[in-house]
Amino acid sequence: MEWYKDFPHIGYDLDGKKIYKPIRNKDELDDFLDKMENPDYWRTVQDKQTGSDVVLSDEQVELVKRLQRGQFGDVNFNEYQPQVEFFTQEVMLHPVTNRPADKRSFIPSLLEKDKVSKLVHAIKMGWIKPRRDSRDDSRGRYYDLWASEDTSNLARHRMHLPAPKIPLPGHHESYNPPPEYLFTDEERALWEQQDPVDRKFPFVPRSFSSLRLVPAFPRFIHERFERCLDLYLCPRQRKMRVNVNPEDLIPKLPKPKDLQPFPTTQSLVYRGHSGLVRSISVSPSGQWLASGSDDGSVRFWEICSSRCLKTVQVGGAVKSVAWNPNPSVCLLAVALDSAVLILSPALADRQVVLSSDRLLSAPQEAEPIEGDGLVNWSDTEGEELNQGIRLKIQHPKAVQQVAWHTKGDYLASVMPDHSSHLQVLIHQVSRRRSQNPFRKNKGLVQSVSFHPIRPYFFVATQRSVRIYNLVKQDLTKKLHANSKWISSMAVHPGGDHVICGSYDCKLSWFDLDLSTKPYRMLRHHRKAVRSVAYHRLYPLFASAADDGSIIVCHGTVYNDLLQNPLIVPVKVLRGHVITHELGVLDVTFHPTQPWIFSSGADATIRLFT
Amino acid sequence: MGGLQKKKFERGSAANYITRNKARRKLQLSLPDFRRLCILKGIYPHEPKHKKKVNKGSTAARTFYLLKDIRFLLHEPIVGKFRDYKVFVRRLKKAYGKTEWSAVERLRENKPTYKLDHIIKERYPSFIDALRDIDDALCMCFLFSTFARTGKCHVQTIQLCRRLTVEWMNYVITSSALRKVFISIKGIYYQAEVMGQLITWVVPYQFSHDHPTDVDYRVMATFTELYTTLLGFVNFRLYHSLNLIYPPKMDSKVEMDQMEDDDYAMTSESNSEKLSALSASLARAVSSAEEEEAELDQFPVEGEDIEQMEAKEKEQKQQKLFKGLKFFLNREAPRESLAFVIRCFGGEVSWDKSLCIGSTYEVTDETITHHIADRPNIEKQYINRYYIQPQWVYDCVNAKMLLPVEDYFLGVNLPPHLSPFVEEKEGDYVPPEKLKIMALQRGEKPANEEEEEDEEEGEEEEEEEGDEEEEEEEDEEEEAEEKNLKMMEEQRSQGKSLQVKVTPGKVKAENSARLEEEEKAEEKRLAIMMMKKKEKYLYDKIMFGKKRKVREANKLAAKRKAHDDAEKSKKKKAKK
Repeated sequence: MEWYKDFPHIGYDLDGKKIYKPIRNKDELDDFLDKMENPDYWRTVQDKQTGSDVVLSDEQVELVKRLQRGQFGDVNFNEYQPQVEFFTQEVMLHPVTNRPADKRSFIPSLLEKDKVSKLVHAIKMGWIKPRRDSRDDSRGRYYDLWASEDTSNLARHRMHLPAPKIPLPGHHESYNPPPEYLFTDEERALWEQQDPVDRKFPFVPRSFSSLRLVPAFPRFIHERFERCLDLYLCPRQRKMRVNVNPEDLIPKLPKPKDLQPFPTTQSLVYRGHSGLVRSISVSPSGQWLASGSDDGSVRFWEICSSRCLKTVQVGGAVKSVAWNPNPSVCLLAVALDSAVLILSPALADRQVVLSSDRLLSAPQEAEPIEGDGLVNWSDTEGEELNQGIRLKIQHPKAVQQVAWHTKGDYLASVMPDHSSHLQVLIHQVSRRRSQNPFRKNKGLVQSVSFHPIRPYFFVATQRSVRIYNLVKQDLTKKLHANSKWISSMAVHPGGDHVICGSYDCKLSWFDLDLSTKPYRMLRHHRKAVRSVAYHRLYPLFASAADDGSIIVCHGTVYNDLLQNPLIVPVKVLRGHVITHELGVLDVTFHPTQPWIFSSGADATIRLFT
Repeated sequence: MGGLQKKKFERGSAANYITRNKARRKLQLSLPDFRRLCILKGIYPHEPKHKKKVNKGSTAARTFYLLKDIRFLLHEPIVGKFRDYKVFVRRLKKAYGKTEWSAVERLRENKPTYKLDHIIKERYPSFIDALRDIDDALCMCFLFSTFARTGKCHVQTIQLCRRLTVEWMNYVITSSALRKVFISIKGIYYQAEVMGQLITWVVPYQFSHDHPTDVDYRVMATFTELYTTLLGFVNFRLYHSLNLIYPPKMDSKVEMDQMEDDDYAMTSESNSEKLSALSASLARAVSSAEEEEAELDQFPVEGEDIEQMEAKEKEQKQQKLFKGLKFFLNREAPRESLAFVIRCFGGEVSWDKSLCIGSTYEVTDETITHHIADRPNIEKQYINRYYIQPQWVYDCVNAKMLLPVEDYFLGVNLPPHLSPFVEEKEGDYVPPEKLKIMALQRGEKPANEEEEEDEEEGEEEEEEEGDEEEEEEEDEEEEAEEKNLKMMEEQRSQGKSLQVKVTPGKVKAENSARLEEEEKAEEKRLAIMMMKKKEKYLYDKIMFGKKRKVREANKLAAKRKAHDDAEKSKKKKAKK
């Protein structure tokens, strides 16, 4: 009938017409009511063949009961009728059959013999074992296993790593812990969010007011099992715990107190600029400070009084200023846009001013030289001349930096450009000549510098510093800075050491005698290093960075070639306010005093003494 | 010159290690058998130093075993037994298939078995080694002894585990080796000192387990097989070290007494049941009276420290903590645990006769001093005894002294139960309850202590925060100065005349000590800047860990304070 389960009919009659199921629309409730009210409910049965309900009669119910009891269905059937025997029980005088016994009942069976011999053979061969004593030997199973303790220390045992013991439970695990060990709602939420591996405890601390309320721990078997897994699956390794006093790790350096003098406090602030002050320079006499700013002005300050003596509007953001290091002249080179201006601020005694004028006006006859097409030298007139601007060197590209030679006659300017070999120009002021020293492009030039004593020229590109011999006109050394992007460079007044600051917060100190790799990398700053500087007389150097700090370090250089320079940070100077994510942009030392000047993006210049 | 070219991965670390599958093939075992062998022999994988070298250039995740370990497994006689078992299973299947029932029966009777004695001896060459590793064995046996006979493992195993654990507990009672007890939410932790070894085990609460499906019981059963053997041998040795009879028997005197009321169990069963009741002392090979008399006098050995002597004395005092006290357990208190602990510390204990076999005296006994119950109130109370909650017993054991019973009366809010395993170091957070107990141990009276503690903690916190504040202050000063200057400048630029005012200067009190400190701090900061990368990393890590510890301690203290404040305010409200 199950074939018709899903159909409305339950078969076909002789004419081939469907026989429909009786309509059953009883639901559970009707059924229940029926059960409660209908006295014949218990004897109502559904006929599977027709699908209709049938009420059993009394006889039928009786039959069912008899069958359930295991009795015959027929009431009248007697199951204990007297038995009719084929043969009588009594032994008769004459047997029923008189057949003599077989012969095979007197001779041993070959089949059995075969079986027995097979068994014997199996026992002999040890295939079948005789029964073991089934007595329980568990009582006497244990004995003194370690009675004869041999002290043989096998390599196995020496090498054995015992499994670590399970950590002992803390207050958290108590059934009634102090209230502070219970989770707050936040902690609980955090615990539920966390991955089971990251959780600090594998359970939630709970508190019960009495011992009888404590339930079984649901993960008990799990934990045991995990321990088992740890014991046989976990690779073991002997880990040496570093047990050091953290104080011992700090290197023993000479005390900063013993390394004085160095700038320690901010003493003067020079205010006046309205844009970021990109560059500052101190005059060789140590009396004047020049600064170039993004507001298009160059200002001259008296150092001691912090007064602005002179403001020259140059009409464009000033990228770099550099005071001529020759004390017998008083000139300032200013880089802005695509021009380099030579200023004569007239801030010295007459003699010096005159000599500088002489230097500028000496070669009137302009001889055409190679490279002349690149650069245009011109004298200034009128308003500009009144302001002190004497010379204008027009470059083909934007100038980023200017640097003087120590003698004060040569001037290098940097025009960074990826795709050109014309990045550095060296000008001779007295003869108004310019030349491009390089024929090939070796990377984006970041900054240049002259060697203070010998005819060397330092060019810092993005990743390395190249040192050229100007006399021989070849590359002498290439220093690898191990940093992503060099931002600035400074040469030690002795000429044997170079420091490079980089935008990836590093400062590298090169010892030219030692190697082309940095002798020491200092990662003191938290943000890009913008500028680095050496002091001319004192063993000091400083680095300024975008985090608004200037770090002054003591760096003694020994004449003895065997002794490496000693570098000790001595002071962290703060003062500049970080604006537009820029902090300190330039630092220079005072030529004679242990003072340091810094210019920042907050339009101020600060003096630390 | 030349010579043969060296082949890669044929010497060095690559030749010392072997992967699991290779090892399995070498031993000709199936994975479950290999697993079993590793568990029984205590072979564990090793983590090679250079994984790529060992893995022949590949970086796939593999488990490695030492080749020496695997070679060592090759000689194991048990491997042969494993193979026998495989054959046995095959034969049995065949016999079943042929419906040869006699053969089935015969095979069954000759089922191959193996003994682990030699493995135990090999893994633990000396008894102390075995004792050191008994922790896990005890935990496992205690767990298995609580299993119901539901077919998760063999009934014999469960019975054996129960027998062994009862033996162990009896030993601990007789030698009074128990040191610490801790009721956790997982179960009850016990720590005993046996032959100088601290042994910790955890016993689950007496509930039926709902067996998890993601646990491989075969692995657990293999471990239990090993552990029961180990525990049996250890028990044997321990019993003999105390001159006790093994397998344990009750003291004859006690047995005689109890023979009379032997009315509900068969003698063979009742014996083991009585043992597990933990109420009677055990029979000794040498009579106990003699031994106790022969207690050694103590001679102060010259090399021995006074402290050590004191510690010993204290220990002995602890062992007799409950001596002379008579306990009665109400039926809802956890009988086995309490009886075990009380008997370990020399107390007498009994319970209702209908609760368990082996009760020694009735509730009506007048000499009972402590009645342990775990319900809010008892209707019929006797006058000359304390009605206390079970936690008192455990706390007393951990404090090594009898604590005042007032806090533990029926219906009273219990003081927190602290873990005795935590040893606070300097700088760690110590819950005030612990300080209280420590004060009690020192013999001080617990009056107004909480307040003092709070103050101390407060001071510490302030010091920690102090350093940071100093820096901030400096910055603030500078900023203020700058603001002043700016103001002046603005005024000047606007053409206003400066408000000239001369104010008397203030003398800045220079705190020389503080200045010095600052200087030192700066020196340190500068020196830290010059650290090498590797050292800096380590230093940072150590300092981070230290700071985290402090932070956690502070957090706990703050939480406690908040809780206490809330409680106080609640109390005040209640009063109003």
